[in-house]
Amino acid sequence: MNTLTSIRRPPAGCFQTLLTGLPKLQASPLPRINALRAEAVNRLDVLSLPSTRDEDWRFTDISELTKLSFSPALNATYLESADVAHFYIEEATTRLVFVDGLYAPQLSNSASNNGMVVSNLQTVLTTHAAVIEAHIGRHVTFNDNVFAALNTAFLRDAAVVIVPRNESDATPIHLLFIATQKEIVSTPRCLVIAETGSAVTVIEDYVVLYQPAWHEETPFTEETHFTNAVTEIMLEDNARVNHIRIQREGSKAFHIANCVVSLGRASNYQSVSVALGAQIARYNLEVLLAEGAECAVDGLTLIATNQLSDTHTCIDHAQPHGVSRQLHKCIIGGSAHAVFNGKIMVRNGAQRTDSIQSSRNLLLSGKAHVDTKPQLEIFADDVKCAHGATIGQLDSEEVFYLQSRGLSDSVARNLLTYAFGAEIIERIPVASLKHQLEQTVLEQTSSQL
Amino acid sequence: MIYQDSKVILEVRGLCASVNGVEILKGLDFTVKSGEVHAIMGPNGSGKSTFAKVLAGHTAYEVTSGTALFEGRDLFELAPEERALAGVFLAFQYPIEVPGVANNQFLRLSYNTIQAQRGNEELDPLEFDDFVREKMKLLEMSPDFLSRNVNEGFSGGEKKRNEILQMALLEPSLGILDETDSGLDIDALRIVSHGVNQLTNKNNGIVLVTHYQRLLNYIVPDFVHVMEAGRIIKTGGKELALELETRGYDWVAAEHQAAMETV
Repeated sequence: MNTLTSIRRPPAGCFQTLLTGLPKLQASPLPRINALRAEAVNRLDVLSLPSTRDEDWRFTDISELTKLSFSPALNATYLESADVAHFYIEEATTRLVFVDGLYAPQLSNSASNNGMVVSNLQTVLTTHAAVIEAHIGRHVTFNDNVFAALNTAFLRDAAVVIVPRNESDATPIHLLFIATQKEIVSTPRCLVIAETGSAVTVIEDYVVLYQPAWHEETPFTEETHFTNAVTEIMLEDNARVNHIRIQREGSKAFHIANCVVSLGRASNYQSVSVALGAQIARYNLEVLLAEGAECAVDGLTLIATNQLSDTHTCIDHAQPHGVSRQLHKCIIGGSAHAVFNGKIMVRNGAQRTDSIQSSRNLLLSGKAHVDTKPQLEIFADDVKCAHGATIGQLDSEEVFYLQSRGLSDSVARNLLTYAFGAEIIERIPVASLKHQLEQTVLEQTSSQL
Repeated sequence: MIYQDSKVILEVRGLCASVNGVEILKGLDFTVKSGEVHAIMGPNGSGKSTFAKVLAGHTAYEVTSGTALFEGRDLFELAPEERALAGVFLAFQYPIEVPGVANNQFLRLSYNTIQAQRGNEELDPLEFDDFVREKMKLLEMSPDFLSRNVNEGFSGGEKKRNEILQMALLEPSLGILDETDSGLDIDALRIVSHGVNQLTNKNNGIVLVTHYQRLLNYIVPDFVHVMEAGRIIKTGGKELALELETRGYDWVAAEHQAAMETV
């Protein structure tokens, strides 16, 4: 068994034991990938695990993670479609499924027509070498990011979506990552390239094959696993990407993810991320806007018991006339702890930037806890920016209003909590997924009241 | 309308209530019989809205003494939702916005909760849709309001119509309208008043809390009460409202003061 052991401030190379345990990866036909892996392994020699003494990890203590042992999945659990069909999303006829990080072709429904590519990396490595080399590992860099480096050191396969110029796919693409084995580290990777003028909807979905904790009617055993994901999304000029990210890992899981989205001129990125699962979760999202680009970056964290869920976002206006909107909401029950750190950067020269950011947090219990930090850093002088944060409990006037219409105190509270979360869920442009998540929110909120 | 041998719906005696330790209601007596329309008027801060909220069971208000019998039951023993189920309805002065909950979903939930309490059949979404659309015609409301979130982005007048729509659906035996006329333009006032008039019958009682006489041109009260410093100090017929409109409230207080001194 390989171990991610550490002392309080682990020395460089804390992942070495894990890495040496990995069977030597076959050299990739793409030199770029071999180089990336080698660089990442070297970088892991230098980088150390973050601790709460790092500003970026102040509120997120991951020492629990470092106490446990994980090894990479060597053999994929063989699953039939019937085992996982309940995860499928009705509208998404194209689907890539990865089990413990390994591609499962029998569960997937890839596509490659009209130049459109929805496939695993291995399959399209040689046919699309140029575009893959141009983007993979270019957006999420690992120079100072130990988890991105770890993911890259393991880079074998990935979900690849390439939408050719002016092509638009109305049906969403489902990238489904299923965890099935305990004490496994999986390193999912996604690469989405929307070429000039194209449009696509991508659902990035992390699930476990056992039922999450709030479905009490079905007994299950919760296992610990560690998902360490990297996603790179590139929008060329005038492209449009809807990105829906659902993290519904098991309640003992660790989930760390880094996503970088790079927006070309006048492109449009709409993202909704929903974090429900994991014992400790951390999502870093970085959005870089070129001239006239627009983005909406919305999030919902819904946690209870002793979960910790941290979302760090950075919306970087590097050029003029960018528009960004962000609404991040947390519903925190039990003795759970949510963290939101949202930075809006307006660089020198990014004139006429228009940015609004809002963090709203609902505490359902006396022990629930949130740390929220909206940040504006403005280096241009002709911009329109607003940000704000609220933390509160359910409004007693709202509860009274509903009670005065005959609803009991608990039904009223439940409805209001649901409504608080529904505002984000409503923004998901995939009807069946929206409905499914509304049910999840309803069930989870009612179980807590 | 005053009916012979009508039954008492609400009987309040010596009601004192406070909020954050400050006494607002100071010994209030008030009776409503079925079929009657009562208007409670009075200057700002006299306790009119507090009285309305106390009757509906708002938890911020503490009843320190006095009694309220609602159809023979002790009202203050009941939680707010139990009062609603028993037939008390408060149309809010400032209806609450509930983003994320569709109006039709909320209306149906409320309607079915009360129907279940009364032993009536609940309506499924389709049946309810027909039912509520019919009621909306009464208030000249567009069906668009069903799919929108509860009161979210509604204008002042639209919110008030939505309140009266709820009253139409829930058919309370006691309807308390807390400044339903405030913020209404003349057309909306006419529509809302017409709706309320359609809903009054010999089995229910209506209490209008208002600042202005103009509402009472549309909904004609059987009784007009003047509140001052947490008590009802004068009760008259509909003509009292007109007198208040021309003379203001001061003379009522002075008259009351003089009467108290001679006692």
